[in-house]
Amino acid sequence: MQMPSHSADELPILVTHLTQFYGRATALSDLSLQVPRGAVFGLVGENGAGKTTLIKLMLGLLVPNAGSVTMFGMDPIQHPERVLGRLGYLSEDHDLPHWMRVNELIRYNRSFYPNWDDAYAEELRQQFGLDEKAKVKNLSRGQCALAGLLIALAHKPELLVLDEPSSGLDAIARRDILAAIVRTVADEGRTVFFSSHLLDEVERVADTVAMLNKGKLVLCAGMDEIKAQHHTLTLHFPEPVTGPLKIAGALSIEGRGKEWTVVCNGEMAAVRASAESLGASIVEESTPSLEDIFIARAGRRSLKV
Amino acid sequence: MNIHLSTNNGVPIYRQIVSQVKYLVASGRLLPSDEVPPIRVLAERLLINPNTVARAYRELEAAGILISRQGSGTYVSNTGSPLAWAERIKIMTERVDALLAESRQLDVPVQEVIALIKSRDRLLAQPREEEAANADAVS
Repeated sequence: MQMPSHSADELPILVTHLTQFYGRATALSDLSLQVPRGAVFGLVGENGAGKTTLIKLMLGLLVPNAGSVTMFGMDPIQHPERVLGRLGYLSEDHDLPHWMRVNELIRYNRSFYPNWDDAYAEELRQQFGLDEKAKVKNLSRGQCALAGLLIALAHKPELLVLDEPSSGLDAIARRDILAAIVRTVADEGRTVFFSSHLLDEVERVADTVAMLNKGKLVLCAGMDEIKAQHHTLTLHFPEPVTGPLKIAGALSIEGRGKEWTVVCNGEMAAVRASAESLGASIVEESTPSLEDIFIARAGRRSLKV
Repeated sequence: MNIHLSTNNGVPIYRQIVSQVKYLVASGRLLPSDEVPPIRVLAERLLINPNTVARAYRELEAAGILISRQGSGTYVSNTGSPLAWAERIKIMTERVDALLAESRQLDVPVQEVIALIKSRDRLLAQPREEEAANADAVS
């Protein structure tokens, strides 16, 4: 069954001034972003930043307190079957019915999706090395994730939504999941939206990145743009200085003694002038990694699970 | 084709691929008309977005280092890349910089370094001269 394609040019995801509270806590604050067709969109942020809340709103599992989410131009709460029929979703905890066998799990899920592709499901099952007779409760965490991914993919959705797909997995299972995502991306026109706190992974796979910090969007841009705009400068002072340093245009300043490192966003001239007025010289310029940028933006040293 | 990516140093991934393929070609580890892996295969091996590989290949094609034959893969260019000399010099410059940094640290003057390079070069060239001499003797 094909949906009428009147919404072919609709954005897969459009979020406008979205605000969400849990009791008195603000989970998301005035969030706006859009995900164009064919994008591989990485949502990064610490646990508790609001990533899963945003995904729940996209799936129509929560009613927004303010603002709106539209998926393929539709409200996911008003048209759940039309929205959910076009996307595949892998939840963070890969929650699958424990008592089922893999083949039962596949048969059970196929009944929800008119576009389910049996041949493709079988191909994925073999590729992922999942024994059809194995019980879900006996699968490893990595195998559970792969089984969840199989279910998310087998109806060939236009949009794949993955919540922390590789969190809590060992290195090999992570590789399998990432490889499966990379393979999926290669399929023409498929849009992928995935959240992760593993910035290395996001830097490898995503072409667009949104950074959430405490429910606020701190950055949303193409990977190339982000890389082009951010700079790391190493400052050298003739004599040791004691912080905190004040440098105009800096996102973050770190260091001690004679050497200090500044991450800035397109404000090279301002930083240079400010550093020179303090008597420092710039001894090195480089492009920061996504992790450096996130830390500079979030004002936090480390990203913890 | 052996490519190592790092997301720690901040260099965009497509640029890492471009410079490493250039290096492999310039150093003779990839030879003219060698086939490079298809985009999907390399993307899966390196666990990166296929569009990133496609972009790197496009750039390498534009630089005359790779050519893609419609429907039959991508190959190292036969015509000899116009950038090869500049690339070779670039690679050498990095090596020379590292050498100079070390010689300064060890307090060896640059004239000594040059003399050392020349004497090592003579030593490395000797077997070849012998071969040439042998060839002369035969003919």
